[in-house]
Amino acid sequence: MIRLNNIEKVYRTDTVETLAINGISLDIAKGEFLSIMGPSGCGKSTLLNIMGLLDEPSKGSIKIDEQDISRFSDQKLARFRNQKLGFIFQSYHLINDLRVLDNVELPLLYRNSSAKERKLLATAALEKVGLSNRLKHFPSQLSGGQRQRVAIARAIVGNPQIILADEPTGNLDSAMGNEIMDILINLNKNEGTTIVMVTHDESMAHKTHRLVRLFDGSQVQ
Amino acid sequence: MLKNYFKIAIAVLKRRKFFTFISLFGISFTLTILMVATAFMDKVLSPDYPDYKRNRSLYVTSMEFKNSKEGWMNRSDVSYYFLDHYVSTLKTVQKIGISSSAKASNAYVNNKKLVIEYKYTNADFWNILEYKFLEGKAFQQREIDNAELVAVISEETKKDYFGDEQNVIGKYISADNINYRVIGVVSNVSKTLQNFCADMYIPYTLSKDYKSTNLMGGFGAVLLAKSEADLPKMKREYDLMIKKVPIPKDFDRLYCNADPYFASMTRRIAGDGTNDGLTKAISIISLFVLLFLLLPTINLVNINITRIMERSSEIGVRKAFGASSKTLVYQFIIENLILTFLGALIGLVLSVIVIYLINGANIVSNMRLSMNFTVLCYSLIACVFFGLLSGVYPAWRMSKLNIVKALKAQ
Ligand SMILES: Nc1ncnc2c1ncn2[C@@H]1O[C@H](COP(=O)(O)OP(=O)(O)O)[C@@H](O)[C@H]1O
Ligand SMILES: [Mg+2]
Repeated sequence: MIRLNNIEKVYRTDTVETLAINGISLDIAKGEFLSIMGPSGCGKSTLLNIMGLLDEPSKGSIKIDEQDISRFSDQKLARFRNQKLGFIFQSYHLINDLRVLDNVELPLLYRNSSAKERKLLATAALEKVGLSNRLKHFPSQLSGGQRQRVAIARAIVGNPQIILADEPTGNLDSAMGNEIMDILINLNKNEGTTIVMVTHDESMAHKTHRLVRLFDGSQVQ
Repeated sequence: MLKNYFKIAIAVLKRRKFFTFISLFGISFTLTILMVATAFMDKVLSPDYPDYKRNRSLYVTSMEFKNSKEGWMNRSDVSYYFLDHYVSTLKTVQKIGISSSAKASNAYVNNKKLVIEYKYTNADFWNILEYKFLEGKAFQQREIDNAELVAVISEETKKDYFGDEQNVIGKYISADNINYRVIGVVSNVSKTLQNFCADMYIPYTLSKDYKSTNLMGGFGAVLLAKSEADLPKMKREYDLMIKKVPIPKDFDRLYCNADPYFASMTRRIAGDGTNDGLTKAISIISLFVLLFLLLPTINLVNINITRIMERSSEIGVRKAFGASSKTLVYQFIIENLILTFLGALIGLVLSVIVIYLINGANIVSNMRLSMNFTVLCYSLIACVFFGLLSGVYPAWRMSKLNIVKALKAQ
């Protein structure tokens, strides 16, 4: 499903060059639930962002769903992200000016779908994460766990084949973290969604199919 | 989609109350000034009481002698003699309305001094210009030929001089100790029409210098052509005639133009004998408007950039979930247009109030500005221009943001 081939990522600032990713190749199968672990600053987020087409690698190639995306235009990349990928971030990244329902509808705004259809799908997604009674709330009126569930609803509303989650439970206590984890496991099991998750929590990582460990930009396991 | 943009625009405006206030204030203030200025321009430029026949008229206001060797120059109004002897004989000139520049005289009402500005006119002046007579009528050729002491006065003068008297025809008005018999009262003319506004109009034969054979004097004229189509012909005949006018000694050039209304104004302000100053005047006005629009625009661009950068996380999210740069640029431009139009709405209300106040305070004597359709159209155009100008650059900058960086900034 995702094929990384010898990826390198160099960050250049005025004074230093940081080699954040140092030649990583990775094959992730369709329907796989993969977790990535490693100490802080070892390049986990960078790798995930490259997989999610949010950032470009300095070297190497990426194939998603057998398509080489290296020569995609901005517009084509946007459409690709919209249809194939869903993101979950550690700090939720909800839009505070929008209500829960509007937040979840967001990915559908960039497709051809009617307002009615959008509402239907968003409500269904919120139901899946157990938040159907909070449609009209603003993000600031929700707890951290609830916010992350809204973010998951937003990630799945467009029915993407791949979900990329960067420390989705990092800001939550273990009870809420487990809830989120359960939602992801069910998603993987029932819908066959491919999931790549960065985590700091060994117990969470052990619930997934495969664990990749990074150290200083390289894969060590 | 549009509804969604609207939703988020309103939400953002509500949340960032201070920015919203500053932006709206800047936009509405600028537009108010523009709208009032346009109303003023419109007042000056479009046919206005009593000068309704501008499209078939040319205006002769000044004459210029030059000594090109020594560099001397002499510029003044034209004489009655010049207008009567050279201009009124042109075949294409159907009628010529002659009037002098306004001269001040003193009258006394209840021991209080009243300055009365008067103009000398000929008889056709009253036939070309459509003064509205509230009482009586204009003087005719007979009164002019007899140099009768008769006067047409303005409504304002009637009120200042005669107070609340109903009927003043046949009464006498004393200016500089000369008694004129009032034979007509006309509606007030806005001071913006310098050639036509006065407190009192009297026969030109009462002036001391109308018989002088100098080319320069204290008069000006409106030349009326048979139709609009005849105007170029009249201009050509006039120009040919000017070439034959003998140039006074000490000089080697003579310029005297018959211009359309706007050109006659710009020539006086920005031009000279050879150049009607139209291009210069238009350039100056455009430059002024541009500068005037530019300052608040730059300010707004700044505010917009701050506003947008504050929302970089939102931009990152939207991009991550499938918004292309183009879509986002649209979104922000539309948001900005919504903001601009809100500002325009406020500006509109402000303009109406300001115009009402200006008219009430009579800042320029008898000038009545109005918000008409033309003014509204121009303002609307200015508004769209303003909205795009101040929205495009920030939106473009925003769309170039790197997604990961945008998401990190919070
Ligand atoms: N925009 C950037 N500019 C410069 N260096 C960066 C940037 N983003 C990340 N880095 C560096 O790249 C390395 C990997 O970062 P990251 O992928 O965020 O690590 P992790 O998510 O594993 O904590 C770190 O050393 C970090 O300092
Ligand atoms: Mg990280």
